[in-house]
Amino acid sequence: MRRAALIAVPYFWLLALFLVPFLIVMKISLSDGALAIPPYTPQLDIAEGWNGLKTFLSELDFENFVFLTTDDLYWKAYLSSFKIALISTSLALLIGYPIAYSMARAAPEWRPTLLMLIILPFWTSFLIRVYAWMGILANEGLLNQFLLWTGIISEPLTILNTNTAVYIGIVYTYLPFMILPIYSALEKMDDSLLEAAEDLGCSRTSAFWLVTIPLSKTGIIAGCFLVFIPTLGEFVIPSLLGGSQTLMIGKVLWEEFFNNRDWPVASAVAIILLLILIIPIILFQRNEQKQREMEG
Amino acid sequence: MAQQPVFAPWDDPTQTPLITFQNVTKRFGDFVAIDDLTQHIYEREFFALLGPSGCGKTTMMRMLGGFETPSEGKISISGRDMNKVPPNKRAVNMMFQSYALFPHLSIYENIAFGLRRTDMDKDAIDARVAEMLKLTRLEKFARRKPHQISGGQRQRVALARSLAKAPKLLLLDEPLGALDKKLRQDTQFELMDIQEKTGTTFVIVTHDQEEAMTVASRVAVMDEGRIIQVATPDAIYEAPNSTYVADFIGDVNIIEGKATRKGDKTHIAWAEGQPDIIGSTTRDFSEGQTCHFAIRPEKVAISPDKPDAPNALHGKILDIAYLGNISTYHVELPTGHIIKAQTANTRRLARRSLTWEDDVWVSFTDTAGVLLDR
Ligand SMILES: Nc1ncnc2c1ncn2[C@@H]1O[C@H](COP(=O)(O)OP(=O)(O)OP(=O)(O)O)[C@@H](O)[C@H]1O
Ligand SMILES: [Mg+2]
Repeated sequence: MRRAALIAVPYFWLLALFLVPFLIVMKISLSDGALAIPPYTPQLDIAEGWNGLKTFLSELDFENFVFLTTDDLYWKAYLSSFKIALISTSLALLIGYPIAYSMARAAPEWRPTLLMLIILPFWTSFLIRVYAWMGILANEGLLNQFLLWTGIISEPLTILNTNTAVYIGIVYTYLPFMILPIYSALEKMDDSLLEAAEDLGCSRTSAFWLVTIPLSKTGIIAGCFLVFIPTLGEFVIPSLLGGSQTLMIGKVLWEEFFNNRDWPVASAVAIILLLILIIPIILFQRNEQKQREMEG
Repeated sequence: MAQQPVFAPWDDPTQTPLITFQNVTKRFGDFVAIDDLTQHIYEREFFALLGPSGCGKTTMMRMLGGFETPSEGKISISGRDMNKVPPNKRAVNMMFQSYALFPHLSIYENIAFGLRRTDMDKDAIDARVAEMLKLTRLEKFARRKPHQISGGQRQRVALARSLAKAPKLLLLDEPLGALDKKLRQDTQFELMDIQEKTGTTFVIVTHDQEEAMTVASRVAVMDEGRIIQVATPDAIYEAPNSTYVADFIGDVNIIEGKATRKGDKTHIAWAEGQPDIIGSTTRDFSEGQTCHFAIRPEKVAISPDKPDAPNALHGKILDIAYLGNISTYHVELPTGHIIKAQTANTRRLARRSLTWEDDVWVSFTDTAGVLLDR
């Protein structure tokens, strides 16, 4: 009985925070746009009872999903988001791994401080930090001023409102999500494993590839998913830092909702995005479970 | 056995040692872990390091493996200065005290790890790993990961992995501590067998002195970063050079007194109103010098009546420790000294004649003990 109650708690949360909103969005995606509040039909009229439900259900259709395939904006946006997420994840890994590695190798008394520094940016609002990047990357921004001052460039670089700015923003924002799981995997690693590898004939480099990398694999995978999944649907960074040519599905979603007020199409976009994300999320969960088994 | 020439390269000045520690000091910050150590270890030796926890055994091993560099002094292997040689360039393999098994690799792959770093072909690797698995009785576990086997099995994997490359020098840091007695003895003999067959030189750290005595060609007793005595197991047991060694290896009675030379014997005045202990020694003691008389309990006889022996002391049984094959009697002398005497239990318990509070005599010959100056 108590067991059942314990299990019920997470399921309740899942129901309340995921399944119910999902069903609502799903329902909207099957509706038609309308000039009304809320801006879609049909509305379920509970007063009409069983018949009301029947007419309601008969008016739902997959029109919006069909519409998504007719306009190539959407699949291009999905593809472009996928590409940006993939590249950002790789960049975050390339930058995050050495940071995590040197943190894990630092003297133990320094580690809490370094960890603190990684988490520190979370103490200010994400939005403010993105705005700060606008200040840094703008044509008259800090970065350009600095580069002009050092004489490396003579003309200011156009970074803001390009894909480069989006990459910078995403990598900056999600880097801690890459660093932390890798760090925690590396920190647990016993140094004597590297000594054993060297003892058995490995050079430092091959010991790194044969021991350190495999042992931080679960951390790498977790970090990649933690960056990839939210990046795919990211919209704040591309709208603030990106330009008109930056195509990301999160931005499209936002525009459908708030500029076009086409909730049904926006919901359809969201549902597809979710379906795309389910695969990496399941893979992520499997990775976490595997790691627990390794430790347990 | 009897016809075999005695293996004692350390007594042969024409032999060149395989390993030389030349005035090696190792410091960690201010802490001196190895203190000006000079020691030769010869090829085909089975060299055991014995000593209390923290005395520097692992540090000595790690310097041989190349994981620590001496703060001062020089270590050479086969005449080559090792100070700048990295671990992967040494024909040395180490079994780590913490095992250091690769958690992401199967038992099989753990053992094959070192072999795969050589140009050995796949079939030869398979054969060698199979041989190692058989030796350590791990055939059934080859496909498991280290976290799926028991502590003792893990220890055997670590041993198999270090043996697999058949190194010239094998360093074993407490290789058998987690094994049960039976398996430990089997593995000890297995190690000696391997050593006999391959001619590998072994340096082994152990906390188990019985193990050191069984396997070692020489035993080094360490304390606080220094080697106190190096000798063959029987010499270290029968002729310790200090009370520290006598006390560390096996059980011992130590009586402090003043030495006086009388003919070829030495008399030790150790307590008012008690007869001098008569011993023999090759050491020189000046008249009245403080000395320690050390005698092993099994060399002390115990009897209800006064025996005819050069040394016989009267006392009372305080305690009896029955250990199955032997019994140890703790006999309190009128002076307050407690002497341990051991007898083999050749008779059944019920018929044992001595019991608590009995007045007894402890006795020993004049050659049974050793005289030590420190
Ligand atoms: N990296 C290090 N930094 C500081 N001190 C160290 C380090 N390694 C060892 N020591 C110290 O050196 C001394 C010797 O250590 P070592 O590991 O050689 O002991 P040991 O004889 O192997 O002990 P045990 O039998 O417990 O394994 C210990 O006092 C230990 O605290
Ligand atoms: Mg040790």
